[in-house]
Amino acid sequence: MADVLPTVAPRKSLLALERIPAPVWVLGLLLLAMPAFASNFVLFQIFGWSFILGMIALSLMVLAGYGGMVSLIQMTVAALAGYVVAILGTSGVTQISLGWPWWLYIPLAILIAAVFGTLVGALAVRTEGIYTIMITLAIAAAFFYFTRQNYGIFNGYTGFNNVIPPAWFGVDWRQAVPFYYMTLACAVLSYLAVLWMSRTPFGLALQGVRDNPRRMAALGFSVTAHRIVAYTFASVIAAVGGILLVWQNAQVTPGTAGIPQVIDILVIAVVGGLKRPIGPFIGALIYAILSVFASDILHAIGMSGERFKLVVGLGFLAVVGFSPDGVLGLWDKYQARREANRDPLLGGGR
Amino acid sequence: MKRLIGAATALALMLPGAAVAQDTIKIGILVATEGAFAAGGADGIRNVELALKQVGNMAGGKKIETVVAPTDTTPATATRMARKLIEQDKVDIILGPLSGSEGIAMRDYAKTIPDKTVINGISGALETTWVDPAPNFFRFNLDGAQWGSGLGEYVVKKGWKKVASVSADYSFGYTNFLGFAVGFCKAGGELVERLWVPLGSSDYAGVIAKLPDDVDAIYLGMGGTDSINFLNQYQQAGGKAKLIGGSIMADPTVLSSKGKAKDALIGTPTSGWLANDNPAPEWQAYIKAYQEAFPADKRLPSPSLFGVGYHVNALAMIAALNEVKGDLSDGHKKFHAALSKLKVKTPLGEISLNENRQASGSVFVTEVSANADGTLSNKMVGRVDNVTQTLGMTADQFRAMGLPSRTTPDCKALGGK
Repeated sequence: MADVLPTVAPRKSLLALERIPAPVWVLGLLLLAMPAFASNFVLFQIFGWSFILGMIALSLMVLAGYGGMVSLIQMTVAALAGYVVAILGTSGVTQISLGWPWWLYIPLAILIAAVFGTLVGALAVRTEGIYTIMITLAIAAAFFYFTRQNYGIFNGYTGFNNVIPPAWFGVDWRQAVPFYYMTLACAVLSYLAVLWMSRTPFGLALQGVRDNPRRMAALGFSVTAHRIVAYTFASVIAAVGGILLVWQNAQVTPGTAGIPQVIDILVIAVVGGLKRPIGPFIGALIYAILSVFASDILHAIGMSGERFKLVVGLGFLAVVGFSPDGVLGLWDKYQARREANRDPLLGGGR
Repeated sequence: MKRLIGAATALALMLPGAAVAQDTIKIGILVATEGAFAAGGADGIRNVELALKQVGNMAGGKKIETVVAPTDTTPATATRMARKLIEQDKVDIILGPLSGSEGIAMRDYAKTIPDKTVINGISGALETTWVDPAPNFFRFNLDGAQWGSGLGEYVVKKGWKKVASVSADYSFGYTNFLGFAVGFCKAGGELVERLWVPLGSSDYAGVIAKLPDDVDAIYLGMGGTDSINFLNQYQQAGGKAKLIGGSIMADPTVLSSKGKAKDALIGTPTSGWLANDNPAPEWQAYIKAYQEAFPADKRLPSPSLFGVGYHVNALAMIAALNEVKGDLSDGHKKFHAALSKLKVKTPLGEISLNENRQASGSVFVTEVSANADGTLSNKMVGRVDNVTQTLGMTADQFRAMGLPSRTTPDCKALGGK
C-alpha cells in the first residue's frame, strides 16, 4: 500500500504500475465496482460518510502522524467550509444565503477554511502536546457556541438547510451512485496528495521536525513555518471533506462541529491508526458502521436500543485496548509475527 | 479469523434489507434517546407500543412491525437515521421525530420520498407545516405556538401584567413563546425582557443574574434536564419570583425528577396539549391503559407530552391504515388522502387536519400543585378549544407577524406594552 507512487513520468509508467501490489488492485477494483452489488444506503450513508469522515480524520493524521501535533480543530475547519458554502451559495435560508455561482463559492470556502486553519495553527504550534489539544479544543468550542448564538451570519441554532451540490453535467450528485463516486474520487485524491506530500522535501522536513525539532532548527529549517504550513495543507483536505459533508446532509448546523463531533474525529483517526494515511479511512468505516447499526446489534441480542452509544464506545475501547496503534497496528503485528515465523535461510513458514 | 470477520461484515452490509412480505407493514419510530429529551423519547416509544398493543399489532388487516431509530435531537442525525429506516430497513411509514429542528429536517427529507409517509412524533416547530410543507408529512399534534395559547390571557387575568422571559434558544423555544406572547400581549401585558439560553446548557448563573426584579412573574420556556438545571440554580441564587411555565417546563418528565428543584414550580401556570386530570372519559381510559400496560418502574406516573404525541400520531396512522385496508401499493396515494381527511378519535378528543396537514385542537391551562404524598402534578384550570394553526387570526395576519424568532412577535403591534 505504501509503495504507490502518485506521480510518475510516462516512460516509467509501466514499471510503476507493476510496482503496485496486488491487494491495492483488488481494493481499487472492489471500490470502483461497489455500486454493482451494494445497496444505495450502503453507498451513500456508509461509504459516502466514511470517505468524508476519513478525509477530515486524514487531515488530523497529517498533523499528528507527520507533524506530531494533535489538533482538535479539523472538524471545525470542515464545518466552516460547509458554512461558507451555505452562506455564499444557495440554501433554504434565503435571507442570508447570497446565491453566488459554485465556481466562486467552492474556492472561497476552501480558501477561508484554509486561512482559518492556518491562523489556528499559527497559534497552536507555539504549544506542545496536551496544550495543543487544549488550545484547539478551546477554539473548536468557541466556534460551536459562536455559531449557535450568531443569527446574522450563521443563523444560530437552526443553521442552514437545503444546501445541495450544483448540478454539474446535469447529474443530481446527491443520488447514491454519483455521490459515492464523487466522495470516492475526493478521498482517493486527498489520500494520494498526502502520500505525495510525505515524500516531498517539505514532508520529509516535517517528519524531521516531529522527531527532533532542535536538530532541524540547527540544520537551518524553520520549525514554526513547517508546522504552520502543515496546518494549511491539512485544512484544505478538511475543507473539501466539510463541503462534501454539508452536501450529504443537505444542511449545516452548529451541531455539525459540536464537541462530540470534534472528539469523534480524533477517535476515528486513533482507531484507524495514525501512522499511515489509510488508517483514518479504516477508522471512519468502522465508526460509520457502528454508529448506524449499533442499535440493531443491541436489538439482536435482546437489549433496548437506547444504549447504542455504549456499543460504539465498547467497540472503540476494544480496538484501542488491543492495539494502541489502532487497526493498522493490528495489521502490523500480524505482519511482524509472520516475518518472525519465517525461516531465515529457506524462507517460508516453519 | 480477522479476514473471516471482515468478510462476514461486508456480506451483512451488502445484503439489501430483507424483503418485506406483503402482509406486513413496517413502521420506523424515529425518536430521540439521548440528550435533554431522552426520558421523553423513551416515553414516546412506550406509547407507540401501547397504541399497537391495543390493536393487537394489526392495522388494515396487516401485521405491523416496528424498527426504532435513535437520534440525538440534531437534524443531521435525524436525517441520517430516517434514511437508514427508508433505505436499509425498508419501512413504509416513519413515525417521528421528537424535536423541532428535527421536524424541519424531516419536512425537507419527506419531499425526497414522495411515495412514503412521514407522520410526526411530537416535534412542534411551526415552520414544519407552515412554511413550504411537504405533501406527505402529517402532524396530528398541535405545534408549539398552539400549545402556548390561553396561557397569556390566563396570567393577565391573574394580575401578572409585567413579565420577563427566559427560553431555550431554538425553534421550539421561539414557537412556544410566541403562542404565549400573542395571547399575553393582546390582553395588554408587558414583556419587559426576553432572554435566550442555549438548549442543553448546564450553567444558568449569567442569565439568572440578568433577570429583572420588578416584574410580576418570569416566563420559563425550557424542557427536560434544562428545566431541572435552571430551577436548581435559580433556587440556589435565592430566586423567589412567581413563575410561568412553557409547555414542556412542567411536563411529567420534570415533575417526576429527583431532588427539590421541581418544588419551585408549585403554583406555576403552564399550558399545553394535555392536562393529567382532564375528566374526559377517553383521557381517563388512556391513562389507565398506560398505567396497566407497563410496570410502575418502567414508565412515568402518567404519560408525558412527548408520549401522548407519539400515541396520538400512532392512533391516526392505525386509523388511516384501517381505512385503506392496509393498501399502500399505489405509492401511498390512498393512504395520504385518508390521513388528510381523517377524523381520528384520540384521548384528547377528535382531531382532524387543516389544508397544511396540521392538527387543530384543544389546549389546556394547568397549574402545578403538590399532592398529599409529596409528588407534584398538573391541575387543570382552563381549556381553550379549537385552537388553529394561525391562533385564531387569518392566515395573512399571522404571516404578517413574522416567523417566531428572538424578537417576534412584536408585543406593541399586538396591543401590549
